[in-house]
Amino acid sequence: MSQNALNLITLLIPALPLLGFVIHILFRDKISEKIAGYHATAWIVISFVCSLILFNHVRSEGAIHVQLFEWFSAGDLSIPFAFQVDQLSVIMLLVITGIGSLIHMYSIGYMHGDDGFNRFFSYLNLFIFFMLTLVMANNYVLMFVGWEGVGLCSYLLIGFWFKNPEYNKAANKAFIMNRIGDLAMLLGLFLLYQYAGTLTFDGVSARFDPSSPDYFAPDTHMVTAITMLLFIGACGKSAQIPLYTWLPDAMAGPTPVSALIHAATMVTAGIYMIVRSNLMFSEAELTMQVITVVGIVTSIFAGAIALKQNDIKKVLAYSTVSQLGLMFFAIGVGAYEAAMFHLVTHAFFKALLFLSAGSVIHGMGGEQDIRKMGGLRSYMKVTHWVFGFGVLAIMAVPPFSGFFSKDTILAAAYVKSPVLWVIGLVSGLFTAYYMMRLYAVVFQGQPRMSEHTKAHIHESPSVMTIPLMVLCALSIVGGLMNIPELFGGNKSMMHFLEGVVPIHEHHVAVSTEWMLMAIASVAIFLVIFIAHRKYRINWVVPESDAEMSGAGKVLNHKFYVDELYEMAIVKPMHMLSNFFYKIIDLKVIDGVVNGTAQFTTWCAGQLRLIQTGTVSFYLFMMALGMGAIVLFIYLM
Amino acid sequence: MDNTLSQQLQVIPLENYVMLSIILFSIGVIGILMRRNLIVVFLSIELMLNSINLMAASFSAYHNDPAGQAFVFFIMVVAAAEVAVGLAMLVMIYRNVRSIEIDALSRLKW
Repeated sequence: MSQNALNLITLLIPALPLLGFVIHILFRDKISEKIAGYHATAWIVISFVCSLILFNHVRSEGAIHVQLFEWFSAGDLSIPFAFQVDQLSVIMLLVITGIGSLIHMYSIGYMHGDDGFNRFFSYLNLFIFFMLTLVMANNYVLMFVGWEGVGLCSYLLIGFWFKNPEYNKAANKAFIMNRIGDLAMLLGLFLLYQYAGTLTFDGVSARFDPSSPDYFAPDTHMVTAITMLLFIGACGKSAQIPLYTWLPDAMAGPTPVSALIHAATMVTAGIYMIVRSNLMFSEAELTMQVITVVGIVTSIFAGAIALKQNDIKKVLAYSTVSQLGLMFFAIGVGAYEAAMFHLVTHAFFKALLFLSAGSVIHGMGGEQDIRKMGGLRSYMKVTHWVFGFGVLAIMAVPPFSGFFSKDTILAAAYVKSPVLWVIGLVSGLFTAYYMMRLYAVVFQGQPRMSEHTKAHIHESPSVMTIPLMVLCALSIVGGLMNIPELFGGNKSMMHFLEGVVPIHEHHVAVSTEWMLMAIASVAIFLVIFIAHRKYRINWVVPESDAEMSGAGKVLNHKFYVDELYEMAIVKPMHMLSNFFYKIIDLKVIDGVVNGTAQFTTWCAGQLRLIQTGTVSFYLFMMALGMGAIVLFIYLM
Repeated sequence: MDNTLSQQLQVIPLENYVMLSIILFSIGVIGILMRRNLIVVFLSIELMLNSINLMAASFSAYHNDPAGQAFVFFIMVVAAAEVAVGLAMLVMIYRNVRSIEIDALSRLKW
């Protein structure tokens, strides 16, 4: 394929969603729902086809660079507007456009009849555009544009039903939490520029690559500071402790948004960014340790909260936080390829779970409380099956995709330290328990909804179930991407990423590996069995809010973290703002300004009296004045 | 320039002209400040203008510089115009308030 054609295809990938967005914005009120939906989906599908072509090319011939123009330059800083599609980007491209197309298609059914249907699709297209910019950029600044752009779209879509003040609050929360992370990220980029003198990915990598002529011995403190700041940025975007509380609230948005933005793509941007900067992060031992700890703590913390949530989307949201924590954990132990692998499989099964949850909510007429569901298996057969497979995948039951990706992470953790392996496994056990609980309470047992709702339960239309089935298939076979040698595979994804990410061959004896895998699987099966007994055989229904007590209540209230933030940060902030408003602004600032005006008015009032209207007096004053001037000049 | 005329003028010392001008000017100032009659005030203004004219003319002569005399003509023209406008206003004031007192019109204030 000629270079020009390749460049064109590369540019088309982000350009098409942008075009879709522009068209939607311009003709929002003119085009019908049907045209808008299919047309928005079509752009993403074409983008996906282009991504497939690029994938094929990158696999055989390596990265593609397309420089459009120099964006801006100042001094020796020069930021190109350029795209770079290498092994890492192309995987992200496939995930974004692939899952993006499926979710677009699903949304046609899900959003049917909504007042803001066309608006919804214009935002979705815009989001895809920014997300593609984020992963295709060849420098940190352009990536940051995409980074902020997806934040904006996330805000717009969380607050999509903006007539509900609660949803607006959730949108604001997400936006502000992200701002905190982004501030750190920006500072990190400034430091990075000061340190490395460049902000392109290749340029920065060259600084940390001993085989490159631009290499210089890293200054550990500086690199630690930079990576720490970038990691805080990633914490904001990827919902890690302490900035994770926005993600569960972000479930206020329509369910396809939760699937696309808050599970499959945007929240993985932090992972992508760190994997992209892996050479730099590998130099910062301390940061890596912090990432490991934050990742695993978040994973277990969020997993524990998910155990007691009763909102179907909240469970999945905390599960997402937990899985993202696991990815950071993988990064922390240096297994970048494992993190990427889990990112991809997680995108499959979490998108699947969210979309099937959406299908349930759709069928139930908007009900999200799992205590009011139950027995849905006979009402929504397709949704039931795909959800079941999604649950198996996320629980890491062999041979579904989640098993392979989690196993890769755990194996890498074991190489680092057996303790980490155990902690990682605990997080996996939490996952198994709350997913089994969710599945059993929603789909098994007796129907608990009102008769009225029951009469209206229906399976979703095929425009929604087809994407579900595709994602289900991907969740089942997704593990094939990276089958370990143990099962006769060759870790194809790992080798594909070799040029971008350092690959550590884990030297664990085959027997050890088998043993670890067996222990993990047995433990997970055990947990599933326990949950199965409790929720499926005994049909235990989660207690109502009033009946909760002890640890369950703490978990249900999410460890009171929101309340803690409210007390420790929001309230003092309000008090401070109040002080500045009531005292500083109203009294001091306004006092000075108004005082100046009042003083001037008073002086004018006094001076006005000089105008007596008596001509002789004026003349006298004039003569006096001239005399004074003469005297003055004479004295000088 | 007629040197002889200039020399004849210089027989009287410059100080005398200056003194005369100052005296005339002061009389004008005092007239303006002391008198209530607008016509007399006008006369005083004319007196002041002419004292300036005298000063300009005498300096001009002593310095052999015609610029001063040119100024004298300008001042005369301005004075004539001023008197024309001023007297017209005076007549209007008299018609309106039947008085040519200097403070007759004092309502326009504050």
